[in-house]
Amino acid sequence: MDTAVLDHLRERAKTLRRHIISMLGEAGSGHPGGSLSAADIVAALYFEVLKLDPERPDWPDRDRFVLSKGHAAPVLYAALAERGFFPAEELATLRKLGSRLQGHPDMKKLPGVEMSTGSLGQGLSAANGMALAARVDGRDYRVYALLGDGEIQEGQIWEAAMAAAHYRLDKLIAFLDHNGLQIDGPIREIMSPEPVADKWRAFGWDVQVIDGHDIRQILRAIEDARQVTGRPSMIIAETVKGKGVSFMENQVGWHGNAPKAEEVARALAELA
Amino acid sequence: MSKKIATREAYGEVLVKLGRENPDVVVLDADLAKSTKTYDFSKHFPERFFNMGIAEQNMMGTAAGLAAAGKIPFCSTFAVFATGRAYEQIRNSIAYSGLNVKIAATHAGITVGEDGGSHQSVEDIGLMRGIPGMTVLAPADAASTDSLVRAASAMKGPVYIRLGRSGVPAVYEAGVELVPGRASVLREGIDATIIATGIMVAAALEASDLLAGEGLRVGVIDMFSIKPLDKDAVVAAAQNTGAIVTAEEHSIIGGLGSAVAEVLAENYPAPMKRLGIPDVFGESGTPAQLLEKCSLTPPCLAGAVKEVMAWKKAHSES
Repeated sequence: MDTAVLDHLRERAKTLRRHIISMLGEAGSGHPGGSLSAADIVAALYFEVLKLDPERPDWPDRDRFVLSKGHAAPVLYAALAERGFFPAEELATLRKLGSRLQGHPDMKKLPGVEMSTGSLGQGLSAANGMALAARVDGRDYRVYALLGDGEIQEGQIWEAAMAAAHYRLDKLIAFLDHNGLQIDGPIREIMSPEPVADKWRAFGWDVQVIDGHDIRQILRAIEDARQVTGRPSMIIAETVKGKGVSFMENQVGWHGNAPKAEEVARALAELA
Repeated sequence: MSKKIATREAYGEVLVKLGRENPDVVVLDADLAKSTKTYDFSKHFPERFFNMGIAEQNMMGTAAGLAAAGKIPFCSTFAVFATGRAYEQIRNSIAYSGLNVKIAATHAGITVGEDGGSHQSVEDIGLMRGIPGMTVLAPADAASTDSLVRAASAMKGPVYIRLGRSGVPAVYEAGVELVPGRASVLREGIDATIIATGIMVAAALEASDLLAGEGLRVGVIDMFSIKPLDKDAVVAAAQNTGAIVTAEEHSIIGGLGSAVAEVLAENYPAPMKRLGIPDVFGESGTPAQLLEKCSLTPPCLAGAVKEVMAWKKAHSES
């Protein structure tokens, strides 16, 4: 793998993290932990993998990305802005009245958002629908989805998991942001979904387990998933909630609290 | 009298026609294709039919994804599961997202019959009507089902279509064209107006006939479009006849009766009575027995009309 590409993507991930911190600081509320844990995956997708055209957000042959864990909206918004779907200055309007950047992604408002998400457990079903539509229409775009590890406590996820395997949706590649924490505490204490890899395998998926902060592993896993035929792919990304900001890492409290001005400054210094 | 046809039968037929006319039409079902009548579509267009198994939430979400990719999905299952089990998927994945999904739910109301109250949706209209941007349609017979399913498919945005299990008499000629948002005034009245929806439209016409035998002229409006509601038709009926009875095979809370009461209260208060299911769940029985028990028969409707007329008279004398 080209080291220049890897370096570039690492820089992009850092940029996304800086945006996340700044926009949440500006907004005064929101979800830093799960946005930061997903930043490397999202950077790899938006700056290397996804076939997109910001000039034509509704291009029928584009790849789709569904952020099923919709509370990580800041990382998606940062990627869309950096990819040119809207001006980066608009990131400062997050969660404010009249903004296109709603607290959770709203596809009606913001170009580039493929599905309105936020109510957990619903995004994978929509991704399945997009993959089925590709089949009906004879198009060869791929559909990517990002799930939270707390989110998979929702029953609908397993309905969707069953359906994706049943319909052999091999154009579907999902990530599990396995950061181990949810609002009320560690997922293993609240309602353990473990063992996650075995569960997805048992549901008929191709499963890989990777370090979700290693860009090289992320890209390789996507490449391998693209070779899978006859079944959907799940890439379980072992991640750290709050990754990149020392005082946020692995802290449950940073699931849904925005940093104050002084914390923003400290975080940005670490992400410089 | 012509043969009774269930609105779900008419749905199954028009779906096949739509499938032929529009390659974007796709159909999803939750293991009830033979009951909801999407089965015929599945045989004609297997590549555009998706049986999602007994998993309604995923069905609605999958439909949202199909719609986001330009398809026109029709989702079918029993009304109680469509609107109850998968309510929040309809709300967030479909309606909040503004997606072009048509939810055609069959076995609505108590005329499900023997399966009992667990399978009889009495609150589905209320649930769907409260969702911003949702169109709610309840056809009265086969011909209007054909027209409204076509209308739903031609319009953009989410639509809930309420269909029944049991056969109903024809109200319209084949080929009738109904427009969502515009009520169908089947009979002009002088003394009172019955505003009915779904299978109660035929009963309302019968009630009007019964009262005609007593020299009363009772109007009948088919309010197949519960949302958007034809406010002008409601207000005109109140202005012209001064007494309104609503009739629906649905709870008196949240459905047609509520919608009409809202319009009258704000625009032209008039004596009215809501006939429907009186804030109770259904139970096992034949459809006819259950309608009788809920006072949803033509004689009961006629009785309610007289009650409202008496109230109107008392009003005008006071």
